[in-house]
Amino acid sequence: MTKETLAIPELEGVEIHGTTRGAFLLRATLAAGAVYGAGAVAPFVKQAMAQGGMGDVDIVNYALTLELLETAFYKKGESLKLSSEVKKLASQFGKDEAEHVDALTATVKKLGGKPPKKPTFTFPVKDEKSFLELAVTLEDTGVSAYNGAAPMIKSKDVLKAAGTIVQIEGRHAAAIRLAAGEDPAPEAFDKALEMQAVLDAVKPFIKA
Amino acid sequence: MTDTQSTMEVLASDPSSRKRFLKMVGGTGAASAFAVFLAACGSDDDDKSSGAPEVSKPSGSKASGKDVKSDLEIVNYALTLEYLEADFYKQVIESGEVKDKKVAELAMKIGENEQEHVEALTATVNQLGGTPAPQPTTKFEDVISGGPDMILKTAAEVENLGAAAYLGQAGKIKSPEILAAALSIHSVEARHAAALNTLIGKSVTPDGAFAKPASMDKVLKAVKPFIAS
Repeated sequence: MTKETLAIPELEGVEIHGTTRGAFLLRATLAAGAVYGAGAVAPFVKQAMAQGGMGDVDIVNYALTLELLETAFYKKGESLKLSSEVKKLASQFGKDEAEHVDALTATVKKLGGKPPKKPTFTFPVKDEKSFLELAVTLEDTGVSAYNGAAPMIKSKDVLKAAGTIVQIEGRHAAAIRLAAGEDPAPEAFDKALEMQAVLDAVKPFIKA
Repeated sequence: MTDTQSTMEVLASDPSSRKRFLKMVGGTGAASAFAVFLAACGSDDDDKSSGAPEVSKPSGSKASGKDVKSDLEIVNYALTLEYLEADFYKQVIESGEVKDKKVAELAMKIGENEQEHVEALTATVNQLGGTPAPQPTTKFEDVISGGPDMILKTAAEVENLGAAAYLGQAGKIKSPEILAAALSIHSVEARHAAALNTLIGKSVTPDGAFAKPASMDKVLKAVKPFIAS
Protein backbone atom coordinates (compact mmCIF):
# COMPACT_ATOMS: atom_id res chain seq x y z
CA MET A 1 0.00 0.00 0.00
CA THR A 2 1.34 3.35 -0.94
CA LYS A 3 0.72 6.57 0.85
CA GLU A 4 1.25 9.92 -0.67
CA THR A 5 0.51 13.53 -0.09
CA LEU A 6 -0.09 15.79 -3.03
CA ALA A 7 0.99 19.38 -3.03
CA ILE A 8 -2.38 20.88 -3.85
CA PRO A 9 -3.50 23.58 -1.44
CA GLU A 10 -7.05 22.38 -0.80
CA LEU A 11 -6.00 18.76 -0.53
CA GLU A 12 -2.81 19.20 1.39
CA GLY A 13 -2.35 16.80 4.24
CA VAL A 14 -4.86 14.29 2.99
CA GLU A 15 -3.35 10.86 3.09
CA ILE A 16 -4.35 8.36 0.51
CA HIS A 17 -4.42 4.67 1.21
CA GLY A 18 -4.45 1.86 -1.31
CA THR A 19 -8.18 1.23 -1.66
CA THR A 20 -9.20 4.70 -2.66
CA ARG A 21 -6.06 5.78 -4.38
CA GLY A 22 -7.45 5.54 -7.87
CA ALA A 23 -10.53 7.48 -7.01
CA PHE A 24 -8.51 9.99 -5.10
CA LEU A 25 -6.21 10.50 -8.01
CA LEU A 26 -9.15 11.54 -10.11
CA ARG A 27 -10.14 14.28 -7.68
CA ALA A 28 -6.60 15.35 -7.10
CA THR A 29 -6.05 15.51 -10.81
CA LEU A 30 -9.12 17.63 -11.28
CA ALA A 31 -7.91 19.99 -8.61
CA ALA A 32 -4.52 20.09 -10.28
CA GLY A 33 -6.27 20.79 -13.55
CA ALA A 34 -7.98 23.77 -12.03
CA VAL A 35 -4.63 25.08 -10.90
CA TYR A 36 -2.26 24.21 -13.70
CA GLY A 37 -4.54 23.97 -16.70
CA ALA A 38 -6.22 20.92 -18.08
CA GLY A 39 -3.72 19.82 -20.68
CA ALA A 40 -1.03 18.95 -18.20
CA VAL A 41 -3.13 16.49 -16.26
CA ALA A 42 -5.10 14.75 -18.98
CA PRO A 43 -3.09 11.51 -18.88
CA PHE A 44 -3.60 11.17 -15.13
CA VAL A 45 -7.35 11.46 -15.45
CA LYS A 46 -7.36 8.55 -17.83
CA GLN A 47 -5.30 6.55 -15.38
CA ALA A 48 -7.51 7.40 -12.44
CA MET A 49 -10.65 6.47 -14.30
CA ALA A 50 -9.12 3.16 -15.36
CA GLN A 51 -8.21 2.29 -11.78
CA GLY A 52 -11.78 2.79 -10.69
CA GLY A 53 -12.83 3.01 -7.09
CA MET A 54 -14.94 1.07 -4.63
CA GLY A 55 -17.77 -1.34 -5.18
CA ASP A 56 -21.39 -0.36 -4.58
CA VAL A 57 -21.55 -2.18 -1.23
CA ASP A 58 -18.50 -0.26 -0.01
CA ILE A 59 -20.02 3.03 -1.10
CA VAL A 60 -23.38 2.34 0.50
CA ASN A 61 -21.71 1.21 3.72
CA TYR A 62 -19.67 4.38 3.70
CA ALA A 63 -22.83 6.47 3.30
CA LEU A 64 -24.49 4.40 6.01
CA THR A 65 -21.68 5.19 8.44
CA LEU A 66 -22.13 8.91 7.80
CA GLU A 67 -25.89 8.66 8.29
CA LEU A 68 -25.36 6.81 11.56
CA LEU A 69 -23.07 9.61 12.63
CA GLU A 70 -25.62 12.29 11.70
CA THR A 71 -28.42 10.42 13.44
CA ALA A 72 -26.36 10.16 16.62
CA PHE A 73 -25.45 13.82 16.35
CA TYR A 74 -29.06 15.01 16.24
CA LYS A 75 -29.88 12.60 19.07
CA LYS A 76 -27.19 14.34 21.08
CA GLY A 77 -28.93 17.63 20.28
CA GLU A 78 -31.92 16.47 22.31
CA SER A 79 -29.84 16.72 25.47
CA LEU A 80 -28.92 20.35 24.79
CA LYS A 81 -30.77 23.52 25.55
CA LEU A 82 -31.80 24.69 22.11
CA SER A 83 -34.14 27.40 20.89
CA SER A 84 -37.47 26.11 19.68
CA GLU A 85 -36.56 26.85 16.06
CA VAL A 86 -33.32 24.86 16.20
CA LYS A 87 -34.92 22.12 18.27
CA LYS A 88 -37.55 21.67 15.60
CA LEU A 89 -34.97 21.42 12.83
CA ALA A 90 -32.80 19.02 14.82
CA SER A 91 -35.71 16.76 15.59
CA GLN A 92 -36.91 16.72 11.96
CA PHE A 93 -33.44 16.21 10.52
CA GLY A 94 -32.66 13.47 13.04
CA LYS A 95 -35.74 11.63 11.81
CA ASP A 96 -34.68 12.08 8.19
CA GLU A 97 -31.20 10.72 8.91
CA ALA A 98 -32.67 7.72 10.72
CA GLU A 99 -34.76 6.98 7.64
CA HIS A 100 -31.63 7.19 5.54
CA VAL A 101 -29.98 4.69 7.88
CA ASP A 102 -32.89 2.27 7.44
CA ALA A 103 -32.94 2.66 3.66
CA LEU A 104 -29.19 2.25 3.25
CA THR A 105 -29.12 -0.75 5.60
CA ALA A 106 -31.78 -2.40 3.45
CA THR A 107 -29.80 -1.52 0.31
CA VAL A 108 -26.59 -3.09 1.62
CA LYS A 109 -28.46 -6.28 2.46
CA LYS A 110 -30.15 -6.32 -0.92
CA LEU A 111 -26.76 -6.04 -2.56
CA GLY A 112 -25.61 -9.05 -0.57
CA GLY A 113 -23.37 -7.03 1.71
CA LYS A 114 -23.09 -6.72 5.45
CA PRO A 115 -23.97 -3.40 7.12
CA PRO A 116 -21.23 -1.99 9.35
CA LYS A 117 -21.47 -2.23 13.11
CA LYS A 118 -22.81 0.96 14.59
CA PRO A 119 -19.88 2.97 15.91
CA THR A 120 -19.92 4.84 19.20
CA PHE A 121 -19.80 8.57 18.64
CA THR A 122 -18.72 11.56 20.62
CA PHE A 123 -19.58 15.15 19.78
CA PRO A 124 -17.92 18.20 21.34
CA VAL A 125 -21.13 20.24 21.55
CA LYS A 126 -22.36 21.98 24.67
CA ASP A 127 -24.74 24.69 23.54
CA GLU A 128 -26.71 25.90 20.55
CA LYS A 129 -23.77 27.72 19.03
CA SER A 130 -21.42 24.73 19.08
CA PHE A 131 -24.27 22.47 18.00
CA LEU A 132 -25.07 24.59 14.94
CA GLU A 133 -21.42 24.94 14.06
CA LEU A 134 -20.85 21.22 14.02
CA ALA A 135 -24.19 20.63 12.28
CA VAL A 136 -23.08 22.88 9.42
CA THR A 137 -19.81 20.97 9.12
CA LEU A 138 -21.47 17.57 9.22
CA GLU A 139 -24.22 18.41 6.71
CA ASP A 140 -21.84 20.15 4.30
CA THR A 141 -19.46 17.20 4.57
CA GLY A 142 -22.35 14.82 4.00
CA VAL A 143 -23.28 16.59 0.76
CA SER A 144 -19.69 16.51 -0.47
CA ALA A 145 -19.30 12.85 0.51
CA TYR A 146 -22.30 11.81 -1.56
CA ASN A 147 -21.30 14.05 -4.45
CA GLY A 148 -17.82 12.53 -4.41
CA ALA A 149 -18.93 8.91 -4.24
CA ALA A 150 -22.03 8.94 -6.45
CA PRO A 151 -20.25 9.03 -9.84
CA MET A 152 -18.50 5.76 -8.89
CA ILE A 153 -21.75 3.92 -8.19
CA LYS A 154 -22.35 1.19 -10.73
CA SER A 155 -26.01 0.34 -10.15
CA LYS A 156 -28.44 2.92 -11.54
CA ASP A 157 -30.91 2.13 -8.77
CA VAL A 158 -28.34 2.74 -6.07
CA LEU A 159 -27.28 5.94 -7.80
CA LYS A 160 -30.86 7.20 -7.92
CA ALA A 161 -31.36 6.34 -4.26
CA ALA A 162 -28.18 8.22 -3.36
CA GLY A 163 -29.53 11.20 -5.33
CA THR A 164 -32.77 11.27 -3.36
CA ILE A 165 -30.72 11.34 -0.16
CA VAL A 166 -28.04 13.86 -1.10
CA GLN A 167 -30.73 16.37 -2.02
CA ILE A 168 -32.05 16.10 1.52
CA GLU A 169 -28.54 16.56 2.91
CA GLY A 170 -28.24 19.71 0.82
CA ARG A 171 -31.56 20.96 2.15
CA HIS A 172 -30.52 20.23 5.72
CA ALA A 173 -27.22 22.01 5.19
CA ALA A 174 -28.96 25.12 3.90
CA ALA A 175 -31.54 25.27 6.68
CA ILE A 176 -28.91 24.72 9.38
CA ARG A 177 -26.72 27.40 7.81
CA LEU A 178 -29.63 29.85 7.83
CA ALA A 179 -30.28 29.05 11.47
CA ALA A 180 -26.59 29.68 12.18
CA GLY A 181 -26.77 33.01 10.35
CA GLU A 182 -24.64 31.77 7.47
CA ASP A 183 -25.04 31.82 3.70
CA PRO A 184 -27.16 28.75 2.83
CA ALA A 185 -25.36 28.20 -0.49
CA PRO A 186 -21.87 29.63 -0.10
CA GLU A 187 -20.67 28.31 -3.45
CA ALA A 188 -22.32 27.80 -6.84
CA PHE A 189 -20.95 24.26 -6.99
CA ASP A 190 -20.86 21.93 -4.02
CA LYS A 191 -17.52 20.26 -3.54
CA ALA A 192 -17.01 16.56 -4.12
CA LEU A 193 -14.92 15.01 -1.36
CA GLU A 194 -12.98 11.80 -1.56
CA MET A 195 -13.78 9.11 0.99
CA GLN A 196 -10.52 9.32 2.86
CA ALA A 197 -10.85 13.07 3.30
CA VAL A 198 -14.37 12.60 4.66
CA LEU A 199 -13.33 9.82 7.01
CA ASP A 200 -10.45 11.93 8.27
CA ALA A 201 -12.87 14.80 8.89
CA VAL A 202 -15.29 12.71 10.91
CA LYS A 203 -12.68 10.62 12.73
CA PRO A 204 -12.63 12.88 15.82
CA PHE A 205 -16.31 12.03 16.39
CA ILE A 206 -15.92 8.26 16.25
CA LYS A 207 -15.00 6.77 19.61
CA ALA A 208 -14.99 3.14 18.62
CA MET B 1 -40.91 12.51 -30.30
CA THR B 2 -37.48 12.84 -28.80
CA ASP B 3 -36.63 14.93 -25.80
CA THR B 4 -34.66 17.31 -27.95
CA GLN B 5 -37.64 18.07 -30.09
CA SER B 6 -39.90 18.71 -27.15
CA THR B 7 -37.27 20.88 -25.53
CA MET B 8 -36.80 22.84 -28.70
CA GLU B 9 -40.52 23.30 -29.14
CA VAL B 10 -40.85 24.79 -25.73
CA LEU B 11 -37.78 26.89 -26.12
CA ALA B 12 -37.94 28.14 -29.68
CA SER B 13 -36.04 31.39 -29.52
CA ASP B 14 -36.26 34.66 -31.35
CA PRO B 15 -33.29 35.96 -33.35
CA SER B 16 -32.52 38.82 -30.99
CA SER B 17 -32.08 36.66 -27.94
CA ARG B 18 -29.98 34.32 -30.02
CA LYS B 19 -27.74 37.20 -30.95
CA ARG B 20 -27.44 38.28 -27.34
CA PHE B 21 -26.65 34.76 -26.37
CA LEU B 22 -23.98 34.28 -29.01
CA LYS B 23 -22.37 37.51 -28.00
CA MET B 24 -22.31 36.40 -24.42
CA VAL B 25 -20.72 33.02 -24.91
CA GLY B 26 -18.55 34.21 -27.74
CA GLY B 27 -15.11 35.15 -26.48
CA THR B 28 -13.71 33.66 -23.36
CA GLY B 29 -16.93 33.64 -21.38
CA ALA B 30 -16.69 29.91 -20.98
CA ALA B 31 -13.38 29.94 -19.19
CA SER B 32 -14.61 29.01 -15.76
CA ALA B 33 -12.90 26.61 -13.41
CA PHE B 34 -15.74 24.32 -14.26
CA ALA B 35 -14.73 24.26 -17.90
CA VAL B 36 -11.28 23.23 -16.81
CA PHE B 37 -12.83 20.53 -14.66
CA LEU B 38 -14.53 19.09 -17.70
CA ALA B 39 -11.58 19.67 -19.94
CA ALA B 40 -9.47 17.61 -17.59
CA CYS B 41 -12.08 14.88 -17.58
CA GLY B 42 -12.90 14.74 -21.20
CA SER B 43 -9.50 14.09 -22.60
CA ASP B 44 -9.44 10.32 -22.60
CA ASP B 45 -9.31 10.00 -26.35
CA ASP B 46 -6.68 12.61 -26.94
CA ASP B 47 -3.12 11.90 -27.74
CA LYS B 48 -0.62 12.91 -25.12
CA SER B 49 0.75 15.90 -26.96
CA SER B 50 -2.57 17.68 -27.23
CA GLY B 51 -2.67 20.78 -25.11
CA ALA B 52 -6.37 21.39 -25.58
CA PRO B 53 -8.27 18.23 -24.74
CA GLU B 54 -11.74 17.82 -26.13
CA VAL B 55 -14.45 15.29 -25.51
CA SER B 56 -14.79 12.94 -28.43
CA LYS B 57 -17.58 14.06 -30.73
CA PRO B 58 -20.44 11.89 -31.94
CA SER B 59 -18.26 10.87 -34.88
CA GLY B 60 -16.44 8.42 -32.60
CA SER B 61 -17.76 4.96 -31.90
CA LYS B 62 -21.46 4.46 -32.32
CA ALA B 63 -22.20 3.86 -28.65
CA SER B 64 -20.20 6.76 -27.32
CA GLY B 65 -21.67 9.09 -29.95
CA LYS B 66 -25.13 8.17 -28.80
CA ASP B 67 -24.12 8.69 -25.18
CA VAL B 68 -22.67 12.10 -25.91
CA LYS B 69 -25.83 13.11 -27.74
CA SER B 70 -27.97 11.96 -24.84
CA ASP B 71 -25.78 13.81 -22.33
CA LEU B 72 -25.90 16.91 -24.49
CA GLU B 73 -29.69 16.91 -24.41
CA ILE B 74 -29.64 16.70 -20.64
CA VAL B 75 -27.04 19.44 -20.22
CA ASN B 76 -28.94 21.73 -22.58
CA TYR B 77 -32.13 21.03 -20.67
CA ALA B 78 -30.36 21.98 -17.43
CA LEU B 79 -28.93 25.05 -19.14
CA THR B 80 -32.42 26.18 -20.11
CA LEU B 81 -33.64 25.88 -16.53
CA GLU B 82 -30.62 27.77 -15.23
CA TYR B 83 -31.23 30.54 -17.78
CA LEU B 84 -34.77 30.85 -16.48
CA GLU B 85 -33.66 31.01 -12.88
CA ALA B 86 -30.83 33.45 -13.51
CA ASP B 87 -33.11 35.77 -15.45
CA PHE B 88 -35.79 35.57 -12.81
CA TYR B 89 -33.50 36.74 -10.02
CA LYS B 90 -32.04 39.42 -12.26
CA GLN B 91 -35.50 40.83 -12.92
CA VAL B 92 -36.46 40.53 -9.28
CA ILE B 93 -33.43 42.55 -8.19
CA GLU B 94 -33.93 45.15 -10.92
CA SER B 95 -37.60 45.58 -10.00
CA GLY B 96 -36.75 46.62 -6.45
CA GLU B 97 -39.92 44.84 -5.31
CA VAL B 98 -38.11 43.00 -2.54
CA LYS B 99 -37.54 45.65 0.12
CA ASP B 100 -36.31 43.40 2.92
CA LYS B 101 -32.55 43.79 2.75
CA LYS B 102 -31.71 40.27 3.90
CA VAL B 103 -34.13 38.68 1.46
CA ALA B 104 -32.91 40.86 -1.41
CA GLU B 105 -29.34 39.90 -0.60
CA LEU B 106 -30.23 36.22 -0.62
CA ALA B 107 -31.99 36.62 -3.97
CA MET B 108 -28.94 38.32 -5.37
CA LYS B 109 -26.60 35.58 -4.14
CA ILE B 110 -28.81 32.82 -5.48
CA GLY B 111 -29.01 34.68 -8.78
CA GLU B 112 -25.22 34.78 -8.93
CA ASN B 113 -25.09 31.02 -8.36
CA GLU B 114 -27.54 30.48 -11.21
CA GLN B 115 -25.51 32.67 -13.53
CA GLU B 116 -22.43 30.60 -12.72
CA HIS B 117 -24.42 27.48 -13.53
CA VAL B 118 -25.39 28.99 -16.88
CA GLU B 119 -21.76 29.66 -17.71
CA ALA B 120 -20.59 26.24 -16.55
CA LEU B 121 -23.26 24.37 -18.47
CA THR B 122 -22.64 26.44 -21.60
CA ALA B 123 -18.97 25.52 -21.34
CA THR B 124 -19.95 21.90 -20.86
CA VAL B 125 -22.05 21.84 -24.02
CA ASN B 126 -19.21 23.40 -25.96
CA GLN B 127 -16.83 20.88 -24.43
CA LEU B 128 -19.05 18.06 -25.66
CA GLY B 129 -19.00 19.56 -29.14
CA GLY B 130 -22.66 20.56 -29.05
CA THR B 131 -24.58 23.77 -29.53
CA PRO B 132 -25.73 25.40 -26.30
CA ALA B 133 -29.48 25.88 -25.92
CA PRO B 134 -30.54 29.44 -26.66
CA GLN B 135 -31.44 31.77 -23.82
CA PRO B 136 -35.21 31.76 -23.56
CA THR B 137 -37.18 34.99 -23.39
CA THR B 138 -38.88 34.86 -20.03
CA LYS B 139 -42.22 36.04 -18.75
CA PHE B 140 -42.03 36.86 -15.07
CA GLU B 141 -43.84 40.22 -15.16
CA ASP B 142 -47.00 38.93 -13.47
CA VAL B 143 -45.02 37.23 -10.73
CA ILE B 144 -42.87 40.26 -10.05
CA SER B 145 -45.74 42.75 -10.04
CA GLY B 146 -47.43 40.40 -7.56
CA GLY B 147 -45.03 41.67 -4.89
CA PRO B 148 -42.55 40.05 -2.50
CA ASP B 149 -44.78 37.19 -1.31
CA MET B 150 -45.58 36.13 -4.84
CA ILE B 151 -41.93 36.47 -5.83
CA LEU B 152 -40.68 34.32 -2.97
CA LYS B 153 -43.38 31.72 -3.48
CA THR B 154 -42.47 31.45 -7.16
CA ALA B 155 -38.76 31.37 -6.39
CA ALA B 156 -39.32 28.49 -3.98
CA GLU B 157 -41.44 26.69 -6.56
CA VAL B 158 -38.85 27.08 -9.28
CA GLU B 159 -35.96 26.00 -7.03
CA ASN B 160 -37.78 22.93 -5.76
CA LEU B 161 -38.61 22.10 -9.34
CA GLY B 162 -35.00 22.67 -10.39
CA ALA B 163 -33.69 20.32 -7.72
CA ALA B 164 -36.23 17.70 -8.78
CA ALA B 165 -35.25 18.21 -12.42
CA TYR B 166 -31.57 17.47 -11.76
CA LEU B 167 -32.50 14.48 -9.64
CA GLY B 168 -34.69 13.20 -12.46
CA GLN B 169 -31.70 13.10 -14.80
CA ALA B 170 -29.11 11.66 -12.41
CA GLY B 171 -29.68 8.07 -13.50
CA LYS B 172 -29.71 9.03 -17.17
CA ILE B 173 -26.39 10.80 -17.50
CA LYS B 174 -23.86 8.57 -19.22
CA SER B 175 -20.57 10.33 -18.51
CA PRO B 176 -19.35 10.08 -14.90
CA GLU B 177 -17.73 13.50 -15.27
CA ILE B 178 -20.97 15.15 -16.36
CA LEU B 179 -22.76 13.30 -13.60
CA ALA B 180 -20.27 14.68 -11.07
CA ALA B 181 -20.81 18.15 -12.48
CA ALA B 182 -24.61 17.83 -12.39
CA LEU B 183 -24.47 16.58 -8.80
CA SER B 184 -22.39 19.56 -7.74
CA ILE B 185 -25.19 21.79 -9.06
CA HIS B 186 -28.06 19.58 -7.87
CA SER B 187 -27.22 19.97 -4.20
CA VAL B 188 -26.87 23.72 -4.61
CA GLU B 189 -30.37 23.88 -6.11
CA ALA B 190 -31.48 21.86 -3.09
CA ARG B 191 -29.86 24.46 -0.82
CA HIS B 192 -31.68 27.27 -2.64
CA ALA B 193 -34.97 25.40 -2.37
CA ALA B 194 -34.52 24.84 1.35
CA ALA B 195 -33.55 28.46 2.01
CA LEU B 196 -36.57 29.77 0.11
CA ASN B 197 -38.89 27.24 1.71
CA THR B 198 -37.68 28.51 5.08
CA LEU B 199 -38.44 32.09 4.08
CA ILE B 200 -42.02 31.28 3.06
CA GLY B 201 -42.61 29.08 6.11
CA LYS B 202 -42.71 25.83 4.17
CA SER B 203 -40.99 22.59 5.23
CA VAL B 204 -37.40 22.48 4.00
CA THR B 205 -37.96 18.85 3.07
CA PRO B 206 -41.49 18.81 1.62
CA ASP B 207 -41.03 15.28 0.21
CA GLY B 208 -39.86 13.86 3.52
CA ALA B 209 -36.52 12.10 3.98
CA PHE B 210 -36.17 11.23 0.29
CA ALA B 211 -36.42 13.84 -2.44
CA LYS B 212 -38.68 13.15 -5.39
CA PRO B 213 -37.35 13.44 -8.93
CA ALA B 214 -39.27 15.10 -11.76
CA SER B 215 -39.22 14.08 -15.42
CA MET B 216 -38.18 16.38 -18.22
CA ASP B 217 -41.74 16.52 -19.55
CA LYS B 218 -43.18 17.47 -16.19
CA VAL B 219 -40.57 20.15 -15.57
CA LEU B 220 -40.89 21.73 -19.02
CA LYS B 221 -44.66 21.86 -18.63
CA ALA B 222 -44.31 23.47 -15.23
CA VAL B 223 -41.98 26.23 -16.45
CA LYS B 224 -43.91 26.88 -19.67
CA PRO B 225 -45.90 29.78 -18.20
CA PHE B 226 -42.60 31.59 -17.60
CA ILE B 227 -41.32 31.23 -21.16
CA ALA B 228 -42.43 33.77 -23.76
CA SER B 229 -40.41 32.21 -26.54
